[in-house]
Amino acid sequence: MIKKEQMKIVSSRAIAKDTYEMVLENHFISEKAVPGQFLHIQIGTHTLRRPISIANCNKERNEITILFKINGVGTSELATYQAGEFLDVLGPLGNGFKAEDEPQSTILLVGGGIGVPPLYYLGKTLKEKGINIVSILGFQQKENVFYEQQFQGLGETIIVTDNGSYGYKGYVTDVLDQVGLFDCYYSCGPIPMLKALTTKLEGKRGFISLEERMGCGVGACFACVLPTKDGTGYRKICKDGPVFHAEEVTI
Amino acid sequence: MTDLAIELPGLSLKNPIMPASGCFGFGREYSEFYDLSKLGAVIMKAATGSERFGNPTPRVAETASGMLNAIGLQNPGVNKIIESEVPFLSQFDTNIIANIAGSTLEEYEEVARAFNKTDKVHALELNISCPNVKDGGIQFGTNPSMAARVTEAVKKASNLPVYVKLSPNVTDIMQMAKAVEAAGADGLSMINTITGMQIHLPSRRPLIANKTGGLSGPAIKPVAIRMIYEVRQQVNIPIIGMGGIQNAEDVLEFLLAGASAVAVGTANFQNPFICSEIIDELPSVLSNYDFNSVQEAVGKGIIS
Ligand SMILES: Cc1cc2nc3c(=O)[nH]c(=O)nc-3n(C[C@H](O)[C@H](O)[C@H](O)COP(=O)(O)OP(=O)(O)OC[C@H]3O[C@@H](n4cnc5c(N)ncnc54)[C@H](O)[C@@H]3O)c2cc1C
Ligand SMILES: Cc1cc2nc3c(=O)[nH]c(=O)nc-3n(C[C@H](O)[C@H](O)[C@H](O)COP(=O)(O)O)c2cc1C
Ligand code: FES
Repeated sequence: MIKKEQMKIVSSRAIAKDTYEMVLENHFISEKAVPGQFLHIQIGTHTLRRPISIANCNKERNEITILFKINGVGTSELATYQAGEFLDVLGPLGNGFKAEDEPQSTILLVGGGIGVPPLYYLGKTLKEKGINIVSILGFQQKENVFYEQQFQGLGETIIVTDNGSYGYKGYVTDVLDQVGLFDCYYSCGPIPMLKALTTKLEGKRGFISLEERMGCGVGACFACVLPTKDGTGYRKICKDGPVFHAEEVTI
Repeated sequence: MTDLAIELPGLSLKNPIMPASGCFGFGREYSEFYDLSKLGAVIMKAATGSERFGNPTPRVAETASGMLNAIGLQNPGVNKIIESEVPFLSQFDTNIIANIAGSTLEEYEEVARAFNKTDKVHALELNISCPNVKDGGIQFGTNPSMAARVTEAVKKASNLPVYVKLSPNVTDIMQMAKAVEAAGADGLSMINTITGMQIHLPSRRPLIANKTGGLSGPAIKPVAIRMIYEVRQQVNIPIIGMGGIQNAEDVLEFLLAGASAVAVGTANFQNPFICSEIIDELPSVLSNYDFNSVQEAVGKGIIS
């Protein structure tokens, strides 16, 4: 079930260049949230809401964490909101990572830039179930790196930057051979990264989380569709996704 | 008590509020937010003869006070809609209006015939104005004699009342309105979106993959009001007004300009409850401006 809720901003702080962490309080959304879902946030009087992933959830404290990067007018306005203010939010939206898809022993998380956030809540949830987590996180450069410590808390974490200013130099796909065996991978990030990754890991069990410009966010307007790989149909990112089996859709 | 009811050809509306085509799907998603029986009617997403996958993405972009869309009439095809969507909607105590589209005269006839066979659809909204499909469609909406031909054909193909949805992308909207009225239209629906474009600075390319898209939202409201005001004085058939409605005051403005009922589109994206909230607010807004009924306000803004 989806609701339109007021979420109280508990805190908001910069965690990297142009990147913010915001903690929001709301009982319904925190109770229902599963990893991979997102919020559709009303910012000021903008005609369209902005989709932002659920990066963490604390069900005892009724809290949801979002991490966002300033990417235009809406996100820069969002960065000016202060603790104590309220956000009008539709959520939780989308189909997250499903329980029956859960692997048994070791999983790999691969995040690129602002695709990193949804992987944190997923990794945290799977770790609580006793699964080993290995993470590869790619950023443009040193100033953009965030949540390294949090991911280290989940397990082995490899950071790469495009220019080598922090961690390994290169792309996430360049360090794949440094990680051992894993049963399944989960990834979110820019399309070129997802393309390179799914090609390199072809045949492996994997799930990817996708982005598209959205209208309604609930499945009514057909703004956010993408074709299925078998060419016979389509999926709505907002309602059927944003998480898909790597073999399911064409990116 | 303020009387919200209004009688239109084929439609006994308990109130003049309905979600606009393409902005409410087939009602499923929004039925989780409130009881759709509250609505005067629901206008379904466009139906074509066979399934359409629509345009490449991005399909939407935000603009100042509005948005552009180029969905490209994606829909599962008329038969699938009749099979799985109409039965769902008909469980609600509201009127169902089917928005029909096509690339050829024959396709429009086929879709109209199919809806005519079900007894669950109350009226057709003839979409001759979608700016987002290249093959046909828009031609019917910009040329008065083509518009008249498709109206006549659809009237013949079904017994349902036909509301012709006019495109604002014309030089003379009054000529279009008169042509479809003469061809037998039972009502008009106006306006569809206004063709626009946005260029994305980083990529130096039009942002919408289709290049152009249809502008909707508050940005187009003054254009809709002007067009309804002009057309109201030239035709005798009722008008369902739309374009940028966000609240009950906007609804009253459309009624004053000459619309008998209204559709709310883009505003559903910001607030899924918008139609329901407007229905709640309308009685007090009408009485604030000294109207006892919706009917009483229709066309009252026109200075002859
Ligand atoms: C399911 C999903 C989850 C996301 N999770 C996060 C997250 O956790 N953190 C984060 O920083 N960003 C996330 N994004 C991207 C985020 O939605 C955009 O950065 C944001 O909408 C940009 O808004 P703006 O007003 O700043 O940009 P503008 O370019 O000014 O926005 C104009 C319009 O384009 C849309 N838009 C622009 N870029 C994107 C994009 N990349 N994806 C979707 N819509 C876009 C906006 O929503 C708005 O409607 C996510 C996107 C999706 C679809
Ligand atoms: C995403 C989107 C999809 C639409 N799809 C259709 C459609 O399938 N058929 C149609 O006649 N109009 C369609 N429209 C136009 C609306 O029904 C309406 O005429 C227009 O958006 C103006 O109203 P608004 O400003 O309240 O949105 C669409 C509009 C939007 C924004
Ligand atoms: S954003 Fe409307 S269907 Fe996905």
